[in-house]
Amino acid sequence: MAILDVKNIHKSFGRTEVLKGISFSLEKGQVVSVIGSSGSGKTTLLRCLNFLETPDGGSIAVNGETLFDAAEPATQREADIRRKRLHFGLVFQSFNLFPQYTALENVTLAGKLLAKEEPDYKTRKKELFAQIDGEARALLAQMGLSDRMDNYPHQLSGGQQQRVAIARALALRPDILCFDEPTSALDPELTQEVLRVIRQLADRQTTMVIVTHEMAFARDVSTHVLFMDGGVVVESGPPEQVIGAPSQERTRRFLESFTRP
Amino acid sequence: MDLILQQMPTVLKALNVGFLQTLKLFVATGLGAFPLGLVIAFGSMSRFKPLSLLTRFVVWVVRGTPLMIQLLIIYYFPGMVLKNNIWGSGEAGRFLASAIAFIFNYACYFSEIYRGGIQSIPRGQQEAGMVLGMTRSQIFFRVTLLQVIKRIVPPMSNEIITLVKDTALARIIALQEIIWAGQSFLKGSHGIAGAIWPLFFTAVYYLAFTGVVTLVLGRLEKRLDYFR
Repeated sequence: MAILDVKNIHKSFGRTEVLKGISFSLEKGQVVSVIGSSGSGKTTLLRCLNFLETPDGGSIAVNGETLFDAAEPATQREADIRRKRLHFGLVFQSFNLFPQYTALENVTLAGKLLAKEEPDYKTRKKELFAQIDGEARALLAQMGLSDRMDNYPHQLSGGQQQRVAIARALALRPDILCFDEPTSALDPELTQEVLRVIRQLADRQTTMVIVTHEMAFARDVSTHVLFMDGGVVVESGPPEQVIGAPSQERTRRFLESFTRP
Repeated sequence: MDLILQQMPTVLKALNVGFLQTLKLFVATGLGAFPLGLVIAFGSMSRFKPLSLLTRFVVWVVRGTPLMIQLLIIYYFPGMVLKNNIWGSGEAGRFLASAIAFIFNYACYFSEIYRGGIQSIPRGQQEAGMVLGMTRSQIFFRVTLLQVIKRIVPPMSNEIITLVKDTALARIIALQEIIWAGQSFLKGSHGIAGAIWPLFFTAVYYLAFTGVVTLVLGRLEKRLDYFR
């Protein structure tokens, strides 16, 4: 069974239709890269998956459970959406770390707040928090940030900040981790350190949806590539096909823009 | 000069009593206007149009008219119209009327500073909290609030320093604060009459008070320097 099943997502802002029926599915451990020029709807798609936007049409299912169906108001209750978001993690282009918290606190904050909803929170608080702290330290170590845990975001480089943001998203153990152009705000050197971490996650069978402009990386790390243009999926398939030997004229033109100086 | 030195102990005693009332009004205004300003800020940012329009209208009226007039209206209006002076004739009633006028007036100014502060926080902060499964109130109190406080400390410092001196306006309804105390030596009080220097001397109290306030606020600003 597919871990993620997205069907016929539509989304308009005012009169502009940004997504015109997007469908794709994803098996556990797969990595799908979404490529396409700015304004093609890639980011809006990710924001729909994370319930930051409400699609006008279509459905989203995770592990067979319908999280959202535009035709069924019962799936759109504000109170449930917060919990549903936890199926997904999102890493932003601009990191969006919380500036008043250290790297470690950024990673543990949400987990500690969620722990309050556990029925045995009061009696097990210490134990729960110790566990959350321990996992966060391990995640930051995995990101190569063992010596940066107590630094505030403004004391970190962009690449380090983004790696903290990745750890923060992983800490809640999402089923699917989404990346919205995670390296677009970084210089080439810092880009590489972040891509290295994402590649490592792919090797560990993390299910991911990555919106990116790094073609070499997308080709290398993905099991699937979606090329979007004008709010539709123009071409999709394995990277060797979509990036290596595109069948559509629009895909070819887009890819050429990367090779031309 | 000799005369002033001779009058000094009596005058200082009276000014101290007046200053205590000034201080009380300052503290009451702070305690009331800090939270009320937040309520008004949320009102003016409400997505429910009638509420935000009404709130903005009230803020416009309060900021658009002199605080002195507001004090007079709040103190005298009930007696004129309801034929019932709800404030009574004592100092306690004058204090209550003054505090209400000040709290409401300052809350309106604060609300605009809060609103600017809240709206200046990048939307990504809120979205990051949402994606991490936080509730609206968790996002406000655990993520946004401290960042807002950091941004509004400088403009709030300005307002708070202005408030120190604005308390003098309560003199218009005869609240016995420090200006009233200083002025009493003109007409005659405690056996001293025709002395204007005590009124001038009240400035020293204000200056010392704003000095302390400036130091405290400066320290707060420093305390929040650890993040950007």
